[in-house]
Amino acid sequence: MYEIRIHSRGGQGGVTAAKLLALAAFRDHKYATAFPFYGAERRGAPVVSFVRIDENPIRVYSQIKKPGLIVVLDNSIMEVVDVLHGLRPGGKVLLNGTLPHDMKGFQTLSVDLTTIALRLNLVVAGSPILNTPVIGALAKMGIVSMDSAKLAISEMFSDDRNVQAAEAAYMELVL
Amino acid sequence: MLTIATGNKAVAAAVKQVSPEVIAAYPITPQTEIVEQIAEYVTNGELKSQYIPVESEHSAMAACIGASITGARTFTATSSHGLLYMHEMVNWAAGGRLPIVMANVNRALGPGWNIWAEHTDSMQERDTGWLQVYVSTVQEAYDTTLMAFRIAEHHEVLLPVMVNLDGFSLSHINQSLETVELGDFIPPLRLPHAIDVKNPRGYGPLTGPEEYFKFRWDIERSMRDSVKVIESTEKDFSQRFGRSYGFTDDYQCEDADVVIVSMGTIGKEAEVAIDLLRKEGIRAGSMRIRWFRPFPKLDLSGRDVVVIDRDYSFGYGGILAEAVRSTCRAEPYSVIAGLGGQEVTYDDIAGFIQGRRPGEEYWFGVTPDV
Amino acid sequence: MTEIPKEEYLFKCTSACAGCSSSLVLRYVLKAAGPDTVLVMPACCTSVIQGIYPNTAMNVPVYNVAFAAAAACASGMSAAFRAGKKATNVIVYAGDGGTVDIGIQALSGAFERRTDFLYICYDNEAYGNTGMQRSGATPTGARTTTTPGGKPDTKKDIDRIVEAHDPPYMATACSAYPHDLFKKVTKALSIRGPKFIHVLAPCPPGWRYPTEQTVEMGKLAVKTGMWVLFEREYGKVTINGPSKAAMIKPLPIEEYLGPQGRFKGISREAVDALVSLARRNAKRLSLQEEGVC
Repeated sequence: MYEIRIHSRGGQGGVTAAKLLALAAFRDHKYATAFPFYGAERRGAPVVSFVRIDENPIRVYSQIKKPGLIVVLDNSIMEVVDVLHGLRPGGKVLLNGTLPHDMKGFQTLSVDLTTIALRLNLVVAGSPILNTPVIGALAKMGIVSMDSAKLAISEMFSDDRNVQAAEAAYMELVL
Repeated sequence: MLTIATGNKAVAAAVKQVSPEVIAAYPITPQTEIVEQIAEYVTNGELKSQYIPVESEHSAMAACIGASITGARTFTATSSHGLLYMHEMVNWAAGGRLPIVMANVNRALGPGWNIWAEHTDSMQERDTGWLQVYVSTVQEAYDTTLMAFRIAEHHEVLLPVMVNLDGFSLSHINQSLETVELGDFIPPLRLPHAIDVKNPRGYGPLTGPEEYFKFRWDIERSMRDSVKVIESTEKDFSQRFGRSYGFTDDYQCEDADVVIVSMGTIGKEAEVAIDLLRKEGIRAGSMRIRWFRPFPKLDLSGRDVVVIDRDYSFGYGGILAEAVRSTCRAEPYSVIAGLGGQEVTYDDIAGFIQGRRPGEEYWFGVTPDV
Repeated sequence: MTEIPKEEYLFKCTSACAGCSSSLVLRYVLKAAGPDTVLVMPACCTSVIQGIYPNTAMNVPVYNVAFAAAAACASGMSAAFRAGKKATNVIVYAGDGGTVDIGIQALSGAFERRTDFLYICYDNEAYGNTGMQRSGATPTGARTTTTPGGKPDTKKDIDRIVEAHDPPYMATACSAYPHDLFKKVTKALSIRGPKFIHVLAPCPPGWRYPTEQTVEMGKLAVKTGMWVLFEREYGKVTINGPSKAAMIKPLPIEEYLGPQGRFKGISREAVDALVSLARRNAKRLSLQEEGVC
């Protein structure tokens, strides 16, 4: 079972990113679950979402304690949250943008999702949309197939720029 | 159709297909998504129901009652304080023999304010004459909601059914969902006592001590009759759509020396704990109770029993443990865990089984300094 | 004079108290409503008056429902009938306690949602069914079992609360004026949406006057100006004849209070409060009728 934890701030789309990723995995004919940890819902507050992907039905509901991959949609969260907490040995990190922090030796990848969203004018209520480009980056990392990523995005969003954003992130992420 | 959905959306999808004439509901976390989704279905024309945005849960159930007695199919959804606020009408619905279906998203009760999963809300409604079923996956929430309408409306039942799903851990988790073509699985509702102005009757008038108990017995008689209706409905569902559930969801129980009994999502996660224990050579099994009312006959003879209660009756004990103790003559190890959304992992569950002390009660996480 | 149908929907086998005016009210309401009618009834005197299972004195279906739930229950019933293309009248028949106190939230919600129904509050100014405890509708100075020294507070003005919901039709009536009541119920049921009729229903055992004076007591309430008969149709107020006359030349309030045991020993201050409230109400309604406010 592959376990992923996504860190974002309320309103940035971390919860939707988890759902998109699960849907893409499902379109890859795998089993997947996606769920946020819900606290009091406040715009701008740190939010954690979880995704599990497996070849078999998933019967676990508790939070992910030892993820294999950590996704950070807003690097400023690293100042207040230990995002690496529980990351398995050999686990990976995907950041949005540059690498300002000590990642304690974990393999860390980065792609500028915010710039991609702004370039395509994917902005809702003043916030760049990060949940669709990040799926492209995760496809590049092999978590899901790119075909399924695009399928999942188009199932949930009618605006074609979302697929374009995923494709851009797929291109721009350097493994 | 195959897709992914949350538990809430799965319930709404089932309701859309069943198409009740009247839906009355009041939003409450974590049920809100059901109400929002239904409102959207009604607004965009996918669902032809009369949707009544009531001003309280008491009125939600009252409106369902008023609609149901005309012979209309009705649905509502609530949670926690909302369920308790409508408690009076919950009783009225069963006493009035109205086949209302309600989704209850299980959530703890204040104070302090807590929006996470716990079963104490619906447990406080267990004596109302409602059938109660607890589900553990998104698919099961959908399938069971469909079955709930057929069971409630069956002429040998005519009692309301409450479909319970864990707040957030099931209501908000995305899992795969396969929707079905309903066909004639749910026949049209024929309410024998529906209001007919050409045959005017009084409903629920003053009823004296020499008559009242007969109506109470009639509820119990139907509750007992509902057992075979549940069985036949689940069997037909399985034959048509290929998924079967039953009164309990048993996992590796056949040869088990110890069985863990629980409900809801913890009951599904318990299966993972059983796999771990089996690898260590411990013959353990999991029995997840689905139908809590009518309470099923459980075969737990000759085994150790561990019960997880996500609820509590103060001054008495875990409510599920008590049901197991009294119906199975077992001396379970009673574990109180998961209150107010407390994290309970499969490792924890395996630990409950390994550390069991039959006849004792254990509050998970409680230490002498709490 | 209005032709009132001979058909009876309330039979003579009720279990009402002698001199009960609310059963008269119900009789005329049902004559106006006719057979395609369902009554929704919260706990109130009529819960008993309708008869005890397995008998019923009612010749229309009656759905008895919990105290606070009548208007919400009617909401669901009306929605279901209208969805089934049925024009059946849905009438809530509730006492003052079930209306101005415990049922007010459901009442407010049903009116806000524009439920197609008629809500009738028959007002005997206390919880009569259970032996006269105070309600929000009990007038100042009236003795009840829970205000043995006379009620210190003012009668809640449910009409102004309902008015704030801007219903297409609302009216007051009194059991002593059955033709007026009949006409108002008929008119209300001809209009779609939420309608409200507030009927004063004097209560011999509760108000402590001789049973044969039940009609007279209603007339005195109107003639002294303690009860004003009016209609509000799409916002336009009409004060009805008997109250018009009472506004010009009211009978002294003592003629109304005197025969009632509940007002025995009422203080001068309480009487003044009743009079001044009645005058304020009359003035406001007159101004509204003239279109001034």
